[in-house]
Amino acid sequence: MNEILKAQHLHKYFHEPEDFHVLNDVSLSVKEGEFVSLIGKSGSGKSTLLYLLSTLDTDYEGSITIKNTKVTGLSQNALSKFRNENIGFVFQFHFLLPEFTALENVMMPARKLAKFSNEEIESKAIDKLRQMQMDSFANKPSGKLSGGQQQRVAIARALMNDPIIIMADEPTGNLDSANSDIVFSILKELATKGNTIITVTHDIDFAKGADRIIEIVDGKIIS
Amino acid sequence: MALPVNFDISKTHLLSRKKQTIVAILGVTFGIAMFILMISFMQGVNKFLEDTMLQATPDIHIYNDLKTDYSVSVAGEYFNNPKQLVVVHHPKPKQIKLNIRNADAIMADLEQNSSVAAVSPMLSTQVFYNYGPVQINGFIQGVNIIEESRLFNLSEKMVVGKTENLLTTDNGILMGSGLAQKLNVKTGDLVALATPTGSTMRFRIVGIFKIGIGTIDNVKSYVNISSVQQLLGKDRSYITDINVKLKDNKLAVEKAKEFSRKYESKAEDWEFANSSVMAGNLVRNTLTFVVSITMLVVAGFGIYNIMNMTIANKMKDIAILKAQGFARKDIVQIFLSQSLVIGFLGALSGILLGFTLSYILSCIPFPSNDFIGLKYFPVIFNPKHYAFGMVFGILTTFVAGLMPSIKASRVDPVAILRG
Repeated sequence: MNEILKAQHLHKYFHEPEDFHVLNDVSLSVKEGEFVSLIGKSGSGKSTLLYLLSTLDTDYEGSITIKNTKVTGLSQNALSKFRNENIGFVFQFHFLLPEFTALENVMMPARKLAKFSNEEIESKAIDKLRQMQMDSFANKPSGKLSGGQQQRVAIARALMNDPIIIMADEPTGNLDSANSDIVFSILKELATKGNTIITVTHDIDFAKGADRIIEIVDGKIIS
Repeated sequence: MALPVNFDISKTHLLSRKKQTIVAILGVTFGIAMFILMISFMQGVNKFLEDTMLQATPDIHIYNDLKTDYSVSVAGEYFNNPKQLVVVHHPKPKQIKLNIRNADAIMADLEQNSSVAAVSPMLSTQVFYNYGPVQINGFIQGVNIIEESRLFNLSEKMVVGKTENLLTTDNGILMGSGLAQKLNVKTGDLVALATPTGSTMRFRIVGIFKIGIGTIDNVKSYVNISSVQQLLGKDRSYITDINVKLKDNKLAVEKAKEFSRKYESKAEDWEFANSSVMAGNLVRNTLTFVVSITMLVVAGFGIYNIMNMTIANKMKDIAILKAQGFARKDIVQIFLSQSLVIGFLGALSGILLGFTLSYILSCIPFPSNDFIGLKYFPVIFNPKHYAFGMVFGILTTFVAGLMPSIKASRVDPVAILRG
């Protein structure tokens, strides 16, 4: 399998409230179609690592390459474009835009990409929602959906531009166990269909379902 | 749904908090409307005063000024001693001639000048109007009534009689309406005038005019120029003033300078002659702009506040948009466009409201007054003011929205997404 993400010698420091070496010489590589779980205790640096890999946080030392593109050192505008095309996000607090309907939320990354007409985008978005069994809620304001429903809409949105990598930060962290199971099975299913997924979790059961578990302790990868 | 995604988001934000949006729009609306109303009214007042003033003041007034140069004195020659310092207190001139030298030639030259519309010679003097035992102080102007009429549009100001009557009647006089009322005379009556030098003459009233300025209508009369020459015992070339009307009165200042040099006489332009009115115009204009700008700045702060609040509420949204690949300039666009929509709608409704209020004001009767010939509140409708209001309204909201928008674009998504 091809290597799709490669991080070399990452160092990250926090300066507030006091100087703190969060990540200490972290290197890892992820292959195409792999489902990787980053686990560790609170404060271990696992989320920090995810945000570095996702290109949202650019304040680090070392280098990150995603699918032959060295993202380290790219301008903010170039990174925005890169994220739009290549990375799908799922967050702990689901973060949909509350004024928009579920469908509009899912369409948004594609409308930003602006490669397809609105009609094509809409039918694709409905497709993605159907995949999450959320198509019947398409025209509901996203603020009116339950947590589990919102998270499924958020996953549909993450898939919208057919990203190279899906990054999920505690995707089940804010859900009850029933919804956690649904979200987990969705991610698992996506992984079997060839999507590359990197997820941060502190839920061991969740992590065990992944292809590979990377454990981080005090800013270092130990396994 | 045809809108680009950034504007779609901005539209949704605006519509999802209608009340706030409307309040922000109204702030701009009132600012612009008051600006339009004030400037239309103030400029109307200015125009009215200027028009009134120009009815009584020629564009350029050429006359012979009293010389006050006493640097040369016969006392110096008399004492003729360089070691002595001679001080003369309160010197007085020996003889003053108030007439313009070579007036006929100057007038002939002015007639040839391409920027001059009309030239009117004038000889004016102080007189006493005899009314029984009472003498009323005033002045008469000896004019060529046809030329004078061209300058000041006198025929329109006639209450009784015609200006031409002056030419057909021997020793006729056109009298100011206030003065005629005081003297209790009508057309056809005789009135006796006395000059300060003692000579008297009788004139027959052939018309009554009303300029609309009390200080003129109460003291002034027109007669033929030859009558005044006769009254003063001067020859036919004796003229004290030449009034000039220009084709474009905005050129008065520079033309007055030119004439003054050329004819070696004092030439005064209307702006200088009415500098107190011009100063009044300046004060009113300044006031209008200061008040209007203050109101718009207040409206601007309102928008600044609302945008700041919106952005504080939308931190999560901004972070999520950034994560999805919206760049900084997209975020600026989303929030700045909201501010600009508020500005545009506010300015548009502001100029409509401003127009309506100005129109209503222009229909309100002005309290009637003997001194001012004004029927309604003076209001002018100048498209430039409306364009200025529009531009200024949008500019204010642009500035007010820019800072919060830039702040929004600088939000660090990581800090927010990590919770």
